[in-house]
This record gives sequence, structure tokens and C-alpha cells, in this order.
Amino acid sequence: MENNHLIQLENVKKIYKVGETQVNALRDLSYNINEGDFLAIMGPSGSGKSTLMNIVGCLDKPTEGKYFLEGEEVSTFDKNKLARIRNKKIGFVFQTFNLLARTTAIENTELPLLYSSMSKKEMRELASKSLSIVGLEGREFHRTNQLSGGEQQRVAIARALVNNPSLILADEPTGNLDTKTGKEIMDIFKKLNQEKNITIILVTHEAELAQIARRRMHLRDGQIIKEEENA
Amino acid sequence: MNIWRTIRVSLRALSRNKMRSFLTALGIIIGVGAVIATISIGQGAKREVEKRFESMGTNLLFVRPGSHSYRGRHGGGGTYQNLTPDDAKAIAEKADAVKYISPSVSARAQVIYGNKNWNTSIYGVGDKYPEIRNWEVDEGIFFDEYMVRAGQKVCVLGSEVNENLFEGADPIGQLIRLKKLPFRVIGILQSRGESGGWFNRDDMITIPYTTAQKRLIGRIDRIQSIDISAVSAAKTVEATKQIEEILRIRHKIAPGAEDDFYVGNMSEIAKGAAESREIMTILLGAIASVSLLVGGIGIMNIMLVSVTERIREIGIRMSVGAREKDILLQFLAEAIVLSILGGFLGICLGIVGSKLISRFTELQTLVSMGSVALAFLFAGSIGVFFGFYPARKASKLDPIEALRYE
Ligand SMILES: Nc1ncnc2c1ncn2[C@@H]1O[C@H](COP(=O)(O)OP(=O)(O)OP(=O)(O)O)[C@@H](O)[C@H]1O
Ligand SMILES: [Mg+2]
Repeated sequence: MENNHLIQLENVKKIYKVGETQVNALRDLSYNINEGDFLAIMGPSGSGKSTLMNIVGCLDKPTEGKYFLEGEEVSTFDKNKLARIRNKKIGFVFQTFNLLARTTAIENTELPLLYSSMSKKEMRELASKSLSIVGLEGREFHRTNQLSGGEQQRVAIARALVNNPSLILADEPTGNLDTKTGKEIMDIFKKLNQEKNITIILVTHEAELAQIARRRMHLRDGQIIKEEENA
Repeated sequence: MNIWRTIRVSLRALSRNKMRSFLTALGIIIGVGAVIATISIGQGAKREVEKRFESMGTNLLFVRPGSHSYRGRHGGGGTYQNLTPDDAKAIAEKADAVKYISPSVSARAQVIYGNKNWNTSIYGVGDKYPEIRNWEVDEGIFFDEYMVRAGQKVCVLGSEVNENLFEGADPIGQLIRLKKLPFRVIGILQSRGESGGWFNRDDMITIPYTTAQKRLIGRIDRIQSIDISAVSAAKTVEATKQIEEILRIRHKIAPGAEDDFYVGNMSEIAKGAAESREIMTILLGAIASVSLLVGGIGIMNIMLVSVTERIREIGIRMSVGAREKDILLQFLAEAIVLSILGGFLGICLGIVGSKLISRFTELQTLVSMGSVALAFLFAGSIGVFFGFYPARKASKLDPIEALRYE
């Protein structure tokens, strides 16, 4: 087994059973992602993008096949171990931001640290550092409902960033934002990838935004139909 | 997450929805308050009884006619009269664990002074009666051995009788009429400030028992009961044995046959009375704890609503690495914090409530540490019990579905 891959997917299948019918959300997918990569996943609705993201993000397990993260076969892990992995190695950014309502920006950012053993002071420090990386200095104590959509997504990125993950996963992070704000969010991901060497995988429908990524994967019916790489 | 952080997180969550948290806790607040207040009433009544008996003296014994099945009856055994003045004399002479005796005869009668009259209890007793009962004479004197032996028509009044007949005038030396006979007032008993109840010493008249026999009952060979004080509280059991022996011989009761008298002591009666109050306390407490149970169900209900409302929050927490255990503990902590805070406020409410009850009603109340601790514990366990199911439900959610929940 090679160890220079951050992510190795080997013959991964995901089958959902809905009543009598089976949905093959992912069909025999194999793919490797290196540390420091920036990958955009594209494809029509229902092609399995989110399903793949959930498996890579350790929120779900493949029905068949193997998934190695940093050389560990996480597809065999139990719920608790997966939660540890999410806590230590992975940050999520969602289309709908998924921030806690009626809670300040800094408290949202601290959330992953709550589930690690860390003093309140350390938590505060790391969280404000994260917030300043995404350009929200001075907004720490604003409540989420007092922030614009773009700012909320920045808080979400700060939260994804705060536990110093090796991997950030973003499922349509610009889906709820206008073009200009979407571009700004993409620039943050680019900056994180280039300056901090964090591996980034994001799902997007917009070809233009996907150009920012170094590699692009096109999915259809749970299969990879095309791969592209920037020169 | 450690326990303090869990509690802090749950406090934050509760404070984000203050009104709902308060309403949820209200069930517990009222439940605990009701338990504390009702128990305090029961305990107050018990305390009151104990105090009354304590003031009568703990070395007090009495002999009444009748068998054991008559025990506990007040008022001198009614028709069944087989105690004689000689029985009393024999006890005084032979039982060395006995300090004082007083033969007793009682009746109710109308007393008249001038144009005032008053219906009260008349107790015919011996000269040692004040010593046996721990009584003090406020004014004048109690009758002595000579007056008793001579069967003089003298009397000592309870303070209430005194007030009603004399209305502040000096009663000593005055003549009052009892069953048409003149009695000279020679003393007034110290007031105890009691109102109502049986054997209220403020509302009675004591006269020599010999006089009572002759003038009120008309039988000089019978007495209704004998009041006795043992030499000490520790000697009451021994005194009881001696009295029983003496009376069995005098009444010619064959070995193995049942006594035709009953020797009792005050602490027994006090215990009985206190026990009946205790049962009342437990009953009241049980009724009140039903409301606590209802409060617990309220907590469960709201926690279930809260879990459904916060499915997305749970998904978010899981996505950033919260384990099942973390979620379980968070929601459980919320339920426990709610019920403990509710319990605390309920205790305050109960204490204030019981103070108000004793202030504005005749009831005495007593909030004991035991009932406070019990209510607190009960509230806490209700939090655990009714919080567990919703918390478990939350922890078993699937993170992906929870994140997608609208
Ligand atoms: N929990 C589930 N139960 C049953 N079927 C599911 C479930 N989740 C996803 N699917 C199915 O799996 C397929 C892939 O879904 P997925 O959400 O990965 O698509 P997607 O590429 O993310 O689409 P979109 O661009 O609309 O988000 C779809 O056909 C979907 O209906
Ligand atoms: Mg999707």
C-alpha cells in the first residue's frame, strides 16, 4: 500500500435500498487523492457527488470497497472512531452553512474543539485565529443571524479550519451565494490550499468556479466519466 | 467532553430558550414546592404533638380500668370502674420506682360566679398532681394533703376559666358554685396558652379527688384513674412492672389471665399520636409527588420536542466530531440541569409556602432537612429518568439525515 496518498478509494460502492428497489449511488469507484490536492467534483444532480463526499468525510461508510485515509482503513471503523476522525482530520463546509442559530461566530467556530480536550483559552485563541484567516476579524461576537450569507459561510469555513484538519470537504459551498460572494469564498479555499497546504475537495455545479481547483472529476450515475487536471 | 463542559454547554442551550426552559421546569418547581409544603404541614403537626407531650413529663404513667383492648382511650374508662383509692395507696406504698401518685376523678360541670357561668372539665386529683404534671401555680396555692384528706371544697382554676369568671378581678378567696355547691378558689394555674384540644389545662378546674368523689360522683370507693410519676424517665418500665404486680394481686387476677386495668405511659401515647401524623405526612407527600411525576413527564415531553427541533444542531455537532456519548450526555445534562434548577426553585417555593401557611392558618409547619434532601434527590432522578429516552433518541440519529433535516 502506497502511503503518499491522503485518500485511497478502492472499488467503492454505495447502494441505497428504498423498499424493493436499489439505488446504486456509487458504482465501483476507485480514486486517489494526494495531500495538498484541490479537487472539484462535478456532475448532474443525483450522480452521487454528495454520497461520495459523505463517505470521504467519514459521515457514512461504503456498502462495498475500501477507503483509506492517511493509510488507515477507515471503512472498517465504528461510529465512535469515525467521529474521532471527523473531529481531528476533517472539516466540513455545507451549502446551507449549518451554523448553530442564536450563537456567536466564535462559538460556532469553537464547536469542533468542544469535543477535544482543550482549555477554554486555547479554544478561544484558535477560533479567533481561524476567523481572522477567513477575514472575519472583529466579527467574533456577532450572532449568526446578524451575518450575511457570505459571512456565514466564512464562519463555516473558519469552523472547518479550526482543528487544523488535513482535509476540508465542501458540498456546493457557493450554492446559496451570489456569483461575486461565491468567487470570494472560492478564493478563500484557494488560499487555504496554497498557503496552508490543506487538501480541499469541493462539489460545484459552476464550471467557472471549478476552474480554480487543480483537478476536476466528473461523475454520472455513480461513476467517474472524466478527469481533468490543470497544466 | 468533560462533565463541566457538558454542563456549560447544556446551560448555554437552555439559556438560548429561557422561556421554554422555565416553563419546562415549572412542573418540577410546583411539584417539589408542593411536596415540601405538604410534608412541612405533616411534620409541623407531629412536632406540635411531641411538644405537647414533652411538656407533660416523660416519666408520667397512668393506670386506667379495662383491659389492653381499651388502651389509648381518654376520659377515665366510662362505665368500667374497678380502681379504688386503696389501689392508689398500695402503689404509693409498695412500688419503689414510683415517686408520686394522684387518684383522679373527672366530670364536666357548669360553674357559676355571680352572673357568669362557664362549662368546663372538673378534675378531682391528689395534692401531688402539679408535681406529676410539671404544673406551676401562678397565684395562690395548690391544695395540700390535709385539704385532700378532709375533702375540702377548694379549687384551683385554669387561666381561661379564671378569665371567663372573674374578668381580671382578684379570684383568690372567692366562692364559686360547682353543682350548686360553693367552692373556694385558692389558686390559679399558670397559663400554657393552648387553645382547644383534649386535656387543655387552661380550661379546667382541679379540686381534691376526695371532694369530687363525694360531691360530684357520689361514690367514695371508686376512682377513675391514677396518675403516677416514676422516680425518673428511665425507671418508667420498672415502675410499670411494679404497678402491674401490685394491682394483679389486689384484683386477684389468676396467673395467665388478662389484666382488668391498663398501665400506660405518655411517651407511648405520644409515639402513637406522632405516628398517626407521620402516616398523614407520608400520604400527603405521596399525593404531592404525583405532581412531581407529572412534572417529569412534562420534561420528557419538552425534551422530545427539543430533540426534534434541534435535529440539525445534532447533525452539525456530529459532523464536527461529537460522539453518540457526547450527544447523549448533553441532552441528559439539559434534563438534569432543568430538573435540579427546578428542584432548587421548588424548595424555595416550598419553604416560602410553608411559612405562609403557618402564618395565615392555624397549621404549624416544619421544613425538615430530610424532606428537602428527598425532594431534591427525587427531582434529580426524575431528570435522569425522563431525560434519558429523549437523549438516547438524539444520540442515535444518523448524522447525514440529521444534517439534511428541514
Ligand atoms: N439516504 C438515501 N436513501 C436512498 N437514496 C439515496 C439516499 N441518499 C442519496 N440517495 C440517492 O443516491 C443518488 C445519489 O445522490 P447524491 O445525493 O449523492 O447526489 P448528488 O450528486 O449530490 O446530487 P445533487 O447535485 O442534487 O446534490 C440519488 O439517486 C439519490 O436519490
Ligand atoms: Mg448533493
